[in-house]
Amino acid sequence: MSVDAATVRRIAHLARIAVADNEIEHLRGEINNILGFVEQLNEVNVDGVEPTASVEDMKLKMREDVVSDGNYAKRVLANAPASDDGFFQVPKVVE
Amino acid sequence: MSELTSLTLAEARDQLRAKKISAKELANAHLAEMEKARALNAYVLETPDHARKMAAASDAKLAKGEGGPLEGIPLGIKDLFATEGVRTTACSKILENFIPQYESTVTSQLWRDGAVMLGKLNNDEFAMGSSNETSALGPVLSPWRRKGDNKPLVPGGSSGGSASAVAAHLCLGATGTDTGGSIRQPAAFTGIAGIKPTYGRCSRWGIVAFASSLDQAGPFARTVRDCAILLRSMAGPDPKDSTCSDKPVPDYEKSIGKSVKGMKIGIPKEYRVDGMAAEINAQWETGRVWLKEAGAEIVDISLPHTKYALPAYYIIAPAEASSNLARYDGVRYGLRVPGKDIIDMYEQTRAAGFGNEVRRRIMIGTYVLSAGYYDAYYLRAQKVRTLIKRDFDNAWKQGIDAVLTPATPSGAFGIGEKGSGDPVEMYLNDIFTVTVNMAGLPGISVPAGRDHNGLPLGLQLIGKPFGEEELFALGHVVEQAAGPRMIPENWWSK
Repeated sequence: MSVDAATVRRIAHLARIAVADNEIEHLRGEINNILGFVEQLNEVNVDGVEPTASVEDMKLKMREDVVSDGNYAKRVLANAPASDDGFFQVPKVVE
Repeated sequence: MSELTSLTLAEARDQLRAKKISAKELANAHLAEMEKARALNAYVLETPDHARKMAAASDAKLAKGEGGPLEGIPLGIKDLFATEGVRTTACSKILENFIPQYESTVTSQLWRDGAVMLGKLNNDEFAMGSSNETSALGPVLSPWRRKGDNKPLVPGGSSGGSASAVAAHLCLGATGTDTGGSIRQPAAFTGIAGIKPTYGRCSRWGIVAFASSLDQAGPFARTVRDCAILLRSMAGPDPKDSTCSDKPVPDYEKSIGKSVKGMKIGIPKEYRVDGMAAEINAQWETGRVWLKEAGAEIVDISLPHTKYALPAYYIIAPAEASSNLARYDGVRYGLRVPGKDIIDMYEQTRAAGFGNEVRRRIMIGTYVLSAGYYDAYYLRAQKVRTLIKRDFDNAWKQGIDAVLTPATPSGAFGIGEKGSGDPVEMYLNDIFTVTVNMAGLPGISVPAGRDHNGLPLGLQLIGKPFGEEELFALGHVVEQAAGPRMIPENWWSK
């Protein structure tokens, strides 16, 4: 399988990364190289094989459903590019 | 390289305990070397004030005989580990000003045991790379050079700063992370030891995430013993990481010098890949002889799905990365580039903040997870992963205790030599290491010899789940058989 320019644009948008028009062709080539490389997986018979969900032989740990952390809004906001009055600030989303 | 910086971690520890040296002078000796070695670009942040304060505290504890297992030992920390109040960038522009408000579990355990932080070490951006050339803070130079050639070489990656700093005596040990070979390949390239423990042995909490089902932290040091000492402090249960094992951590140092007599070492025929350099094969053969002479039994085995590990990895790792890196949106932390609306802000921020390799992997990951392609790519890769793991399970069932392979398909290469035309060329570096991450197993890289350019070569030993003790015992045998430590000639000091 290989991707065309429109698909590269669609992927970039899905990934929320702006890509300039003059980069599309180059990216398309690189992505197709990688897709070509992984194509060999089609040779493997995977009938009846369960996909790996975890490499560990252990059960997911459970804990009490109680508040165990938090109450430090200032630290949470310490690295925010923009914040105000204990909130993250973003450009207007709703008209 | 001064006398103090040439000590092994174990030697420094013993001299500190015997009060022959102080933590302060040990830290100062390293800080002085770091300053002289800036040409290597191994450290992206030096923290001398921090180091001196920690060293003074260590000296106070040592004086009272209350020192921890790593009391006064100066270490470098890969810039992927969150360090409270100390800039942590993952060597990405998108995190260039990030100051964590918390400490990663692994580093907090190192400080608990008395270690001293010298600074933060360079790596490939978000640990995506095999040469440390994708770092937004510039490439790292290896302290090694080819015989009769001044061309700068890569230290390997992604933990290139860690490997370079340990090899150039700019710390006694360093932390690394390994998602596809990022500890073992740079350790091999720079003539030092490095271990990726079993998945779940070290907590991932507070480590910048790349591919969560593959990422594991581990140590770099100049000897196998030093790695054993460090891993004991780094490993252990953590309620903040639900994939972190509750198994108690053994005293790994006790494995050093243990007999390997009667251990069964598997030699997988599939690692004899087409076009492999004769010197790599010869080094592998030498390793087999060493282990046999130490009393181990050498057994030919087959791991039939080996060749599919790398292509499966280049679906699974980017898929997980695309999901993990969705958090960099210019809202909560990191870079923000304004846009005409919020979507445009996300897109501009991420375009400006991510480098080419990271962008490429996010896009591949987004594609293989997108509607209509998930089954063909991602699901199939996860099934192949099951088969790769099953190959190893079958070997263990046959009574194999560990597997011996080359660590890398070649010695170190030059900066700019690989991957500029086709990213796959760079990916092939991880051909011998990536299977281990896919199966969640421990793997150690031990310096074993040199290539035709005089550059270090490593051997890899792969263990059963939580078989780190066997790896330290076997690794020590290889290390002893290989002879004196390989130390690069100092050309970088100003």
